Amino acid sequence: MKLTGAEIFVESLIKEKVEIMFGIPGGVLLPTFDVLYGAPIKFILTRHEQGAAHMADGYARATGKVGVCIATSGPGATNLTTGLATANMDSVPVVAFTGQVATHLVGNDAFQEADTTGVTRSITKYNYLVKDVKELACTIKEAFHIARTGRPGPVLIDFPVDVQRASCEFVYHKEVEIRSYKPKYEGHPQQIKKAIDLIKQSERAVIYAGGGVIISGASGELREMAKTTQIPVTLTLMGMGAFPQDSELFLGMLGMHGTYFANHAIQNSDLIIAIGARFDDRITARLDAFAPQAKIIHIDIDPTSISKNVKVDIPIVGDAKNVMREMNKLLNKLGSKNIEKRKKWQKRISQWKKDNPLTYKKDDKLRPQYVVEKIYEVTKGKAIITTEVGQNQMWAQQFYKYNYPRHFITSGGLGTMGYGFPAAIGAKLGKPEKIVFDIAGDGSIQMNIQEMATAVNNKVGVKIAILNNGYLGMVRQWQQLFYKKRYSATDLTANPDFVKIAEAYGALGIRVSEKGEVEGALKKAISVDGPVILDFLVEREENVFPMVPAGARLDEVIRGLA
Amino acid sequence: MRHTISILVENKPGVLARISSLFSARGFNIDSLAVGETEQHDVSRMTIIVKGDEKILEQVMKQLNKLIDIIKVNDFVEQPHLERDLVLIKVNAGKGKRSEVLEIVDIFRAKIVDVASNSVIVEMTGDEEKILALVNMLKPFGIKEMVRTGIVAMGRG
Ligand SMILES: Cc1ncc(C[n+]2csc(CCOP(=O)(O)OP(=O)(O)O)c2C)c(N)n1
Ligand SMILES: [Mg+2]
Repeated sequence: MKLTGAEIFVESLIKEKVEIMFGIPGGVLLPTFDVLYGAPIKFILTRHEQGAAHMADGYARATGKVGVCIATSGPGATNLTTGLATANMDSVPVVAFTGQVATHLVGNDAFQEADTTGVTRSITKYNYLVKDVKELACTIKEAFHIARTGRPGPVLIDFPVDVQRASCEFVYHKEVEIRSYKPKYEGHPQQIKKAIDLIKQSERAVIYAGGGVIISGASGELREMAKTTQIPVTLTLMGMGAFPQDSELFLGMLGMHGTYFANHAIQNSDLIIAIGARFDDRITARLDAFAPQAKIIHIDIDPTSISKNVKVDIPIVGDAKNVMREMNKLLNKLGSKNIEKRKKWQKRISQWKKDNPLTYKKDDKLRPQYVVEKIYEVTKGKAIITTEVGQNQMWAQQFYKYNYPRHFITSGGLGTMGYGFPAAIGAKLGKPEKIVFDIAGDGSIQMNIQEMATAVNNKVGVKIAILNNGYLGMVRQWQQLFYKKRYSATDLTANPDFVKIAEAYGALGIRVSEKGEVEGALKKAISVDGPVILDFLVEREENVFPMVPAGARLDEVIRGLA
Repeated sequence: MRHTISILVENKPGVLARISSLFSARGFNIDSLAVGETEQHDVSRMTIIVKGDEKILEQVMKQLNKLIDIIKVNDFVEQPHLERDLVLIKVNAGKGKRSEVLEIVDIFRAKIVDVASNSVIVEMTGDEEKILALVNMLKPFGIKEMVRTGIVAMGRG
C-alpha cells in the first residue's frame, strides 16, 4: 500500500516505539501535523523549540530511550540548535525532525528557509536532508540506530514539505547496516589483561567514572569493581548517580568544584582507571600538572576521547559495561593480597576527608546549600533532579546525594542556562511516578520560563526550586574573586515576582525567605499535583567552594570558609 | 610534517563539508585536495595533503575515522606509495623563446597541448618535486596561468 511521506513518518515512529514527542508546528509541517492528529503518539506542544529539544533530551536521559522533537523550517530549526548542541555535548540520544521548504526551492532563500543541515552539522552526531520519499523510512530507521548506538547523540532529519506530500510503498526494515559505522562494544582481551596487571601493581589507585557508565547501564559493574578491589571512586558531573554516595569508597566529584579529597586523591594517585569520562578541562585543571605519578587506563566507546587531552597508558575501546564485566571476572580471581596494600591509601584519603569535608556555614540564614539538603531529605534521595547552570548547578551536585543512575540531569558539556526546566518536564513525562525537581537559578529560569504553559497545559507536576540570589551568581562569584568585586552586568534585582509568574500561568507559587519555612514549603509543593515554583530568597553573595581557579593545579584548592 | 591522507568515503552530499570542517576547525590549511569516484560508483576516494602539529593531526585522524560517512582512512606517511598530480601551465613562448621552452618540455617528458602565437600550454604528470622543478624552469619565460588537479596517491604493491 502506498503512503504519503507524512504517513510514513508517523508509521516509522510507531515502529520505533515512540510514545511521545515535543515540538511546534509551522507552514511546511502542515501535512505531517495533519497525520499526527489522532495518531497514537502523545504530542506535547511546547512554547519554544528550544524547550522541545531540551524536553526530548530530559526524557531521553531519564528513561534511556530516544527523545523525539520536531520544529518547522527556518526559525523553528534555528531555535532547536541550542538543544541539539546540549544533547551532542552530553551524548544524549535525540532524533529531531525539521520541516523544510519544497525541494525545488531549497537554496533559493525561500520564505522561512534556513540551511538546517549546514547549521546543525557540527552540533549533531549526524544529519540528513531527505529529498526523495522513497528514502524516508530507511533514513528514519538509520537515524534512530545512529542516535542510540555507540556514543549516543542527536540526529536531525530535514524533511521538505513536498516529500511529506509525495507517496510510495511503505517498507520498514528490521535491521540497519551502515558499512562505515560499526561501534566497537567489546574491549580487546589483551588490553584488558594489561589493565589488570597495572591494577595489580598499583597501591594508590583511583577510579574516575563519568557519564559513559550511566549511558551503558554499568553502575552495577562499577560497584562490583570498587568493592572487589577496594579502590575509591570519584565521579564527574555527568557520572553522578553511577556510584552510591553513601559508600565509604566514594570521593565525591572531582575537578574545578570537586571535593578537596577527590582532587588530592587524583593528584597523588599511582593509577587512574578512567571509565566513560573524557578528561575535559574542568576535570584536569592545569593539564601539564595533572596526576604526575599516575599511570592511566582509559575505557571509552569513543576512540577520539582517548589520549585527546591526557596521554593514556592502556586504552580500551569498548562499552563500559562489557569491558568492566570482563575485568571484574579477572579481578575477582586476584584475592585479597592487593586489598591490604590499599588500606594505607584509604587511611590517607580518610584523613583528607576528615580535615576538608564538603560543607557550608550553618547559621540561621537561608543558605542555598541548606535548601538543596532539605530537598534531599524531603524526597529521601529518590527524586529526579535537573539543574540550570551556575552556582545552583554546583550546589545541586554537592548537597543532594545521588544514589541511582539517571536521577541527576544537568547540562554538563555545554552548560546551557535554561536547560533544567524543560528537561524536568521531559523527565517527568518519561517517569511520571517520580518526584522531579528543577534546582534553578533566578537568571537561568527566565531563559525558558515560557514552558510553564506547557507544564500547566499537560499537568506535568514538576517543582522548580529557584535559589534566588538576585545575581547571575556564578559570574558574580568570579568577579568577586578575580575582578575586584566589579559586578559588571550580573545584578538581577530587577527580577520579576516569581510567585506571580507561577500564578499567571495557573501554577502554584510559594515564596520562602526564612530557613524555618523550607521544609514546610517543600512538603506543600510535593503534595500538590501540578507544577510549582518555589522562590527561595537565599543569601545573595554565597559562593561555591571548594574551587580550583582557572589555570591552577587540580590540588590548588580554594577551600572557602566553613 | 607533510601528510598524505587517503580517505574512502560514501559518495553523498555533505561528506566533503564534514571532512573539510574537521581540518578548518583546528586551523589546518589543506594544501591539496583531490576527489573522485573509485571502482565502486557509490564510493569516492579523497586525497588530502596537510602539514601541521602531529598531536592535533592525530586527533583529526581519529575524528575522521569516527565520521559516519567515512569507510577507511589511511595516512601514507612512512608507507611506500606513489603520488601523482597533473599540471597545466600556460607559459609565454614568443618566436625567439619557443624552442627553448620545447627543449625543457622534452627533458621533463611533458607535453604541449595547446599552441597560440605568444604562448603554449604545457601538460605534465608527476609528483610534487617534479612539478616544482618544471615550474622553476619555466618561470623565467613568464607563467601566465597554472592549474593543478591536486595530488592523488596509491600504496605500492
Ligand atoms: C545560555 C547561557 N548564557 C550565558 C551563560 C554564562 N553563565 C554561566 S552561569 C551564569 C549565571 C547563572 O545565573 P543564575 O541562573 O541566577 O544562577 P546562579 O549562578 O546565580 O545560581 C551565566 C550567565 C550560560 N552558561 N548559558
Ligand atoms: Mg542567581
